[in-house]
This record gives sequence, structure tokens and C-alpha cells, in this order.
Amino acid sequence: MSIAVSLKKKLKYFDLDISFSCAKKNMVVMIGPSGGGKTTIIRMLAGLEKPKEGKIVFGDEVWFDSLRHVNVPPQKRRLGYVFQDYTLFPHLNLYENATFAAVDKKEVDELFELFKIGHLKKRRPQMVSGGERQRCAICQALARHPRILLLDEPFSALDAITRRGLREELKSLKGRMSFPIIYVTHDITEALYLADELLPVVDGKIDNQWLQRMITREPSQEVALRAAREPRLTLVY
Amino acid sequence: MDFLALYVTLKLALITTVLLMVIAAPVAYALAYYRFAGKSFLEALIYLPMALPPTVIGFYLIIIMGPKGFVGKTWEMLTGGSLLFTFIGITVASIIYSIPFAVQPMKAAFAKIDRRLLESAYVLGLSRRAAFFRVIIPNSVNGIAAAAILVFLHSIGAFGVLLMVGGSIPGETKVASIAIYEAVEMMNYEVAGMIALSFIPISYAFLLLINKLNERTRI
Repeated sequence: MSIAVSLKKKLKYFDLDISFSCAKKNMVVMIGPSGGGKTTIIRMLAGLEKPKEGKIVFGDEVWFDSLRHVNVPPQKRRLGYVFQDYTLFPHLNLYENATFAAVDKKEVDELFELFKIGHLKKRRPQMVSGGERQRCAICQALARHPRILLLDEPFSALDAITRRGLREELKSLKGRMSFPIIYVTHDITEALYLADELLPVVDGKIDNQWLQRMITREPSQEVALRAAREPRLTLVY
Repeated sequence: MDFLALYVTLKLALITTVLLMVIAAPVAYALAYYRFAGKSFLEALIYLPMALPPTVIGFYLIIIMGPKGFVGKTWEMLTGGSLLFTFIGITVASIIYSIPFAVQPMKAAFAKIDRRLLESAYVLGLSRRAAFFRVIIPNSVNGIAAAAILVFLHSIGAFGVLLMVGGSIPGETKVASIAIYEAVEMMNYEVAGMIALSFIPISYAFLLLINKLNERTRI
């Protein structure tokens, strides 16, 4: 199954106007400066926000079509969504969180082993580290047997070493998954490491020169100036 | 000591609390999560009993629940009896009198829940109703408990409304606060003092409980 997207919406500071697609087994990494509309795009894919115009087609299923007034609610899209910051349920322990919408609870045990959080099952989210929480969030998303996985800066709040570890785990996981993955980040290293396909998003539009400009850093460029406010983007590790 | 009046008071407060929690939860949910035309007017209307003198509420309840009132007439048609001067009558009055104390803390507790938790639940396939029971309720237990305690204490203290709607029929509508008033009127200070004294530990214990709940919420 693959996903084809075209979206338009007037946002506060710019107009979102973008179209792209992502094939199965593929990872598209959306990269660009913060506040460029990446999260909005992901939220539209998940059905949490409504585009003004456009179309989202998953396989032969139409999730959104402004002309035909189709808008499938998030509940029916059956996708996995790992949010930017921790959205595990605070009243449940890690295991209960992961089995919250699981198809088969036995799988959660395997996932917990895979992500090395098997010993933390009974802990509440606020009792474990940020990295462990995000691991659990990925387990929660995968246990639902999603048809597509959306990851919105899942590791951006973590320290560099944890982030690198999780990035590697995610890459090895990707090889085993058959669904499309859309990954959002503003970290170029992460993007280059993970992506099958890069999708630079600047002010709501695809800007293929952005990456080039970022790496060569032309200081006269207004966009580059904006990115300079971001945490330093390093290409060496 | 008028144990019967104390019993009626506690029974009334308990039934009011249970029923009001069930009635107020969806109202609080709607106020916390939906935007609709006339919402602020509706909200003010719901909180109105808090701002009105109890006798004013009592007066209007007599009009509505009396034999010529809409509710009273319907009740008589259904049951053949009067709604005024009955336990059911004062239960209705007590519920209306305490509505703001149930809705307000519950609405605050619901509104405090992180939207992203709900979005996460929707993405995981939960309907709005399922998310209400599996995410909102368990994450606002303290607010709900605080609402229940406030309602309970407020119903224990009701006087004017109940006197107007229910009168003072022993074992039926004569609650402890009315019993105290009547005992004092008859210069029977000993009886009044005993009932009054029994209120203090109950109310104090519940207030301590509210404080504990509030502390836990802050963490």
C-alpha cells in the first residue's frame, strides 16, 4: 500500500501547498526549519486537522477529498502516530499503554523485548526516561498493526546518545516493516541517516534547494538565517 | 437527638451526589470540549443557582413543581401524587440547588486534560465515547471526587430551598438543618446543639479530603 497526498491550506504565516507520495517499505523524511508546516502536514494525514483543499489517498482508500467531501476520521485510518512529545497515558503503566489498542497482546511482549523496555512494564510513564517513553510510544503505535507509520520528531527531546541509539533501532526496524513510514525532523544528520527519500519542506512548500543551501550555508539566504536559530546541525558524529 | 432528621439529610445528600454526578458529567464534558452558539449563556444559566438566594430558587421550584406547574402536573399525571412535600420533591430541589458545584469542578478537570492525549486516543481508534471513559474519566478522578464532595457538603447544608419545597415532615422531608431551626424555635437548645455538633466532624473530614485531593492534583 502506498499513500498519495496533495494538500492546501492557508496558515497564519504562509500558505501550505504540497504534494508527495510514499510507497510501501519506504521512508520519506520530511525535513525543514521549525514552523514550516511539517507537523501540520502530519496532522492532516492523521485526520486531526482538515486541509482546505486536496486529496489523501491510501492504496485504493480515499481518506480525504475536498471535492467529494470525504474526510475519514482518525479512528478509521488505522495508522500509527508517534507525537513530538510524550503522549502516553499517565494513568496507565507502560505495558497497559502499549496494549491500549493492541491487536494481539502477545506481540507487545515481543515489541518490549525488541525495544529493550521489557523490565519497565509496570512503571508509569512519568517514572521512566524520555527515551524509554518514546520507545513505548513506538510499541504502542506498532501494536495496533498500523497501515502507515507517522513519526513527528519522535526523538527531538532526547539527548544525543539516546537519540543515536533509537535512530539505529528504528532503521533496523524499518527493514522488517512493510508499510510506508513518514518521518519528520529538523535534524539533517537524522534525515540523511534514515531517509529513502528526502522531502524538504520550507514555509509549507517543497523546496529542493533547501538542503543544499543548509549544507553550504549561504548567509545571505533568509531561510538559512532562520535555520541558524535552530540547534546546530552537525553532519559529523 | 433527632436521628431521623440526620438520616434523611445523609440519604438526601448521598442520592443527590450520585444522581448529580451522572447528570453533570456529560454537561461538563460539553462545556469543556464543544463550542456552540449561546454556550456562555447556557453556562451562566447552569451556575445561576449558586448566585440566587435559596428562597428564590425555592419559590420558582414551588411554582414549577406545584399542582399547576408544568413539572408538577406531569408528575401527578404519571404517579397520581404531588411532588411538593415529598422526598422525591426535595431530591429534585437539592439537585438543582447543587448543580453548579458539580459542573464547575468537573469542567475544570476535563478541560485540564492534555488535548494531545485525546488525539492520541482517536488515532489509536477510540471513539469519542470510548475516549471519555478510558482517557478523560481516569485522568480526572481527583476533579470528579472534589465535585462529589462539594455537592455532598452543599446538600447537607441546604435549608431554605428544602423548607419551601418540602416543608418539615419527619422521616420524609425534615432534614437536620430544618430540625435544628425548629428545635431552636422551641427553645430546645440541647437537641439543636447535638445535631449541630454532629455536622462538624463530617464537614471537617470531607474538607480535609478535598485538600488532600487538590494536593495530589498539583503533583
